[in-house]
Amino acid sequence: MATPGIDEPRIASGPFSSYVLDSAFDEMFDADRKPRPHYRALYELLLGVPVDEMRRKKQAADVSFLHQGITFTVYGRDEGTERIFPHDLLPRIITSAEWETIERGLTQRVTALNLFLRDIYNEGRCLADGVVPREMVYSCRHFRRQMRGVTAPKNIYVAVMGTDLIRLPDGRFVVLEDNLRVPSGVSYMLTSRQVMKRTFPELFRYTDIRPIDHYPEVLLTTLRALAPEGRGEANIVLLTPGVYNSAYFEHTYLARQMGIELVEGRDLVVHDNVVYMRTTGGLRRVDVIYRRVDDDFIDPLAFRSDSILGVAGLFNAYRAGNVTLANALGTGVADDKALYAYVPKLIKYFLGEDPILDNVETFLLTEPAERQHVLDHLEKYVVKAVGESGGYGMLIGPHSTAEQRDEFRDRIRADPRNYIAQPTLMLSRAPCFFDGKVEPRHVDLRPYILCGDKVTIVPGGLTRVALRSGSLVVNSSQGGGSKDTWVLQ
Amino acid sequence: MLSRVAESLYWMSRYLERAEHTARVLGVQLTMMLEQDPASSDRRWQRVLGTLGHPGSDPEESDPFALAQKHALRQITGGIASARENARQVREQISSEMWEQLNRLFHEVRRMESAGLWKTQPLDFVAVIVESSHLVQGITDSTMNHGEGWQFIQVGRYIERAAAIARLLDVYFNEFPAGQPIDSGDHMEWIGLLRSCTAFEAYCKVYTADLRPERVAEFLLLNSEFPHSVRFAADHVQRSLECINEAAASRRSPRVAKIAGRLSAGLMFTPLDEVVAGLAEFFADIQVQCARIHAAIYEVYITYSIEAAIEA
Repeated sequence: MATPGIDEPRIASGPFSSYVLDSAFDEMFDADRKPRPHYRALYELLLGVPVDEMRRKKQAADVSFLHQGITFTVYGRDEGTERIFPHDLLPRIITSAEWETIERGLTQRVTALNLFLRDIYNEGRCLADGVVPREMVYSCRHFRRQMRGVTAPKNIYVAVMGTDLIRLPDGRFVVLEDNLRVPSGVSYMLTSRQVMKRTFPELFRYTDIRPIDHYPEVLLTTLRALAPEGRGEANIVLLTPGVYNSAYFEHTYLARQMGIELVEGRDLVVHDNVVYMRTTGGLRRVDVIYRRVDDDFIDPLAFRSDSILGVAGLFNAYRAGNVTLANALGTGVADDKALYAYVPKLIKYFLGEDPILDNVETFLLTEPAERQHVLDHLEKYVVKAVGESGGYGMLIGPHSTAEQRDEFRDRIRADPRNYIAQPTLMLSRAPCFFDGKVEPRHVDLRPYILCGDKVTIVPGGLTRVALRSGSLVVNSSQGGGSKDTWVLQ
Repeated sequence: MLSRVAESLYWMSRYLERAEHTARVLGVQLTMMLEQDPASSDRRWQRVLGTLGHPGSDPEESDPFALAQKHALRQITGGIASARENARQVREQISSEMWEQLNRLFHEVRRMESAGLWKTQPLDFVAVIVESSHLVQGITDSTMNHGEGWQFIQVGRYIERAAAIARLLDVYFNEFPAGQPIDSGDHMEWIGLLRSCTAFEAYCKVYTADLRPERVAEFLLLNSEFPHSVRFAADHVQRSLECINEAAASRRSPRVAKIAGRLSAGLMFTPLDEVVAGLAEFFADIQVQCARIHAAIYEVYITYSIEAAIEA
């Protein structure tokens, strides 16, 4: 019998004594319980670093997040509680080959989705050809009839996309959902890298990690590329709902990093279909608005009239082509969770290619047969409301009570278009540090795709972790945390 | 700079100054109460209400002492909460040190209020307010860029101060007309007035402890070196507005600077005997001019009409 040595590391040693593998794909260890080659350096370092040193690092990282004010707001509890974003010390590592597939897959996806949005708001070819049922598009809560006939600059409707990927037990990355409206979280990706460099510099020496710090610069270039023609040096602003928004930290962070003005709706005025911001030096024309305000609230004249976050007349200025909104309005139709099921077909239809990244199997509850099957086996499925995000309004079958399932059965029967079902997916697991021990937790991955003159994806993204043992919910509002994500050279 | 940001910085500073001033006035009166004739107590608290801009009566509270305390507390806690809220709206525009100090003050005031400390140890309470306000101002001056935003902070602070001191003087000189000798009973009141402007020691350095109403008026109105005199405040308002005007590109307008300059010039060039001859009008005029400067700032930098701005 061979003695376990440096060539044959055993999981059970050191801080890994309670690391147990299960049917989920493990990011660090292969099926033979050996560390994967790209995780080897981290594994050996963890065996060598004393536990107290790790605790100290963890504390230093937490303090660093606190002092930078990297917080988010949880809604629904005593008027918005500001919390530190939980962070795990161990990086999630992705090989360059894996990344190459992801990058190609997401580029293909965003290209197809932009073509789709252009099509449904203009000619509607894909509807006429029956690729997507008309009622599926028109019944979507985020379809904006006001956008009919509006062409976005360079046909880019989605300039910033955040797509959630998960890794299945067989090791494949698949798309769980797209976020095409106002995807958030990129500031956590950027700050968590900075904190890691400060607290864990020795790790960076072992590996060749692709940098991500240029994200704000690429974002600015992307926004500039979409400026209305003939405007010279474009004035670009970031429109925030204000200090009470859960992502306000991110808005201030990005505005500062890009060196652009952070504005609220009340800072902007529209005159003769031109948008200006009010400054002490007078009105200054605005050319591009990176808006972090939802469609519904952006212009009380065109959308919800009770909105006080928006700018009256903004939509007309936009339609007149005097200002660019990024993302465009009405992009939410393409991240509707029912429409998601059609994305592979759309890729084939618009690009004539097979999807590089697959979708997760999805049941449309508007189809009687599929609906009956799901209703009969609700305990096996995850049911999601099509227009929601952030982990709100969903049922996780295996972890639900009979009462909850009954409630969802009623809801599905009452409004089948509003729900989809997916099998309960085994998200892959990555090592996390908990008070002296390393334990596996489920993770996903949200890369940020920028689409201007060309598609750029900074290598990596936000890895979200379900910090509770066994939990599959990674949303920050539901007890999730984040990890630094490394893509190797 | 965005108009909204300028407005928030201006009010942050005004509210903080107001809380500090109120706390100081309250503290001085509470101290004096300890060794004064209780019979005149109502009259004095009535006067405090006047200096803090309260009409003086309230259907729910007939006791002037209780009413003055209630009003002062509301002005202090409300002022600090509003200062913090304004700072929160423009958190990325001010230094983190400023935000942290203001935030700490806010939570400290809330704690002292809920623990009832402002009733049991009112002098400690007002001392914390005054000290913390000084701290915020010091931190502001040493950690924030002295650019346009900082200038708006200066304008807010000094315009509030000029108006508050003018109101204070107005109330005192109404009750103790100038030109009459100070009787021994009123002596303490004049010390109280000077202390309410942190001016007693500074006054003594210039005039010795020989208190005369005309000199008090001269010192608190016209002294150009004392930070809590109306003239000092008006000079700073004018200077900051000039800097803002310089930075304001297309909104550059002589209007605000002229209005601010008039207040400053009036204080600089009106002969003392003329001032003393019409004190009440003079005080009232200062308050009117402060309100005009405020209105002009809004009109030129903050709530200007779109049409006017487009033409420019």
